[in-house]
Amino acid sequence: MKVTVCIGSSCHLKGSRQIVEELQYLIANNNLKEKVELGGTFCMGDCKNGVCVTVDGNKYSLTPETTSEFFEKEILAKV
Amino acid sequence: MRKFDTKVQHLKYKVLREVARRAWNGTLLEQLYDIPKVIVSGDTPTMRCCVYKERAIVEERVKLAMGGNKNNSNVIEVIDIACDECPMGGYEVTQSCRGCLAHRCEDVCKRGAISFDHNHVAHIDKSKCVECGQCAKVCPFGAIVDFKRPCVRSCKIKAIKVDANKAASIDNNKCISCGACVYQCPFGAISDKSYILDVIDFILKSENNSKYKVYAVVAPSISSQFTYARLGQVISGIKKLGFHSVVEAALGADMVAFSEAKELAEKGFLTSSCCPAFVEYVRKQFPKFADNISHNLSPMATIAKFIKNTDPDAKIVFIGPCTAKKAEFQKEEVRPYIDSVITFEELQALFDSKDIDIMSLGDDVLDNASYYGRIFARCGGLADAVEEALKEQGITDFDLKAISCDGIEECKTALLKASKNVLSCNFIEGMACTGGCIGGAGCLTHGEKNKKEVDAYGQLAMEKSISDAIGILNF
Repeated sequence: MKVTVCIGSSCHLKGSRQIVEELQYLIANNNLKEKVELGGTFCMGDCKNGVCVTVDGNKYSLTPETTSEFFEKEILAKV
Repeated sequence: MRKFDTKVQHLKYKVLREVARRAWNGTLLEQLYDIPKVIVSGDTPTMRCCVYKERAIVEERVKLAMGGNKNNSNVIEVIDIACDECPMGGYEVTQSCRGCLAHRCEDVCKRGAISFDHNHVAHIDKSKCVECGQCAKVCPFGAIVDFKRPCVRSCKIKAIKVDANKAASIDNNKCISCGACVYQCPFGAISDKSYILDVIDFILKSENNSKYKVYAVVAPSISSQFTYARLGQVISGIKKLGFHSVVEAALGADMVAFSEAKELAEKGFLTSSCCPAFVEYVRKQFPKFADNISHNLSPMATIAKFIKNTDPDAKIVFIGPCTAKKAEFQKEEVRPYIDSVITFEELQALFDSKDIDIMSLGDDVLDNASYYGRIFARCGGLADAVEEALKEQGITDFDLKAISCDGIEECKTALLKASKNVLSCNFIEGMACTGGCIGGAGCLTHGEKNKKEVDAYGQLAMEKSISDAIGILNF
């Protein structure tokens, strides 16, 4: 599974670093490092809906607060 | 609204704009020879002896705007016919000499080169004079003047000579492409080659970033430029030109500060690798320190390498104040990451070639780096960042003694001292341009206030520490 977090300026200002850090922590904590590849990209071209995150190409809109819920639903449940 | 410091810059800009305008709509080749007439219209010369010479020079500028002479490896070129062959007599006595009694000039001249005529007016015997300048310093009337060519005067590393036809000539074995002569020549006879056509080509062929994405990596000194608009509007303008995304080179600077601090603590003595002109200078004039140049890529190349890891098909264009970057990106170790380099001058020309009035645009955002990455743009910033990076990484057993060299002359002094083992420092921050990058030849404007603007922009960064700024890259 490939999870990509937008780290362009706009998403950065909306908290993409916190999201990257939290996803990293959750992935490690659930022993998913082998199964989930976490990456970043500078802008997905959808700044209004940032922070943008894609899971195998499907786009989601996150905030640092919704990250753990997103992880449970879209990563942990599907991996 | 004043966009440039000098009329020379304005002329260069007009040529770039006209070339770019035709490149966007695919008419450049058919209209190439119209450009000199568009820029020099009418019959009355405004710059040279006649409009024909003016047009001939513009034609040469068009060639430079299209990449310049491919057989010349240097990115800085002399336009022979634009060189006014300025006087180069060295020290001469002017009419201000009042034939005084004191004759301080005679007393101070160790070579006995000064004599006086029947009116007691001083004369310099050129066969004896060694151009030390002491006579000029002591004359109470300031009557003795150094007639040095502005290009020769600006080139502190003495890479400019005069050829057999009295035109300026650059010694490529010495030149570090800093662009000091480009900015200083009052006739605009020395210029940097432009790669705007490559950039336009990348944008056009990307088909609105659908075939591949075009990224702009911008230097932190941008905060002191385009002062007639807001930075957010400049970012909007860059995207409107057709760039997919704008990324701060300062984030690369944060990455460099972190690893350079570690490298410094390991090796014990380093010279910085951010300024490509300084790096060239060390390689050419102080080869014995070549191994002490930090092995880190420059911030520009470092962030571009990261972007290419996330997007291998990306085309990355660096936009900055620097002519030496145009040489740096063509080096083997940087070429895989940076696809082209343009200056702020050229960015202004690109905006206007598409009639993008950035003042009418909304504000986009630019925020990737920390305060420390952003202050790389001015002299002293790099040393501050390395100090902070040592602290953040808990490297306490290394005592940083940095010297920040402001301009290539100070770099030379520090390197000379180091080569004689009398430099009491272990880190040389070398900035070839006075003031640092904000003094770069490709800036639209230069001035004292620019340092303040860079610092103020640094303070606005959301991430307050280097570790936080680069934390986002930690995949």
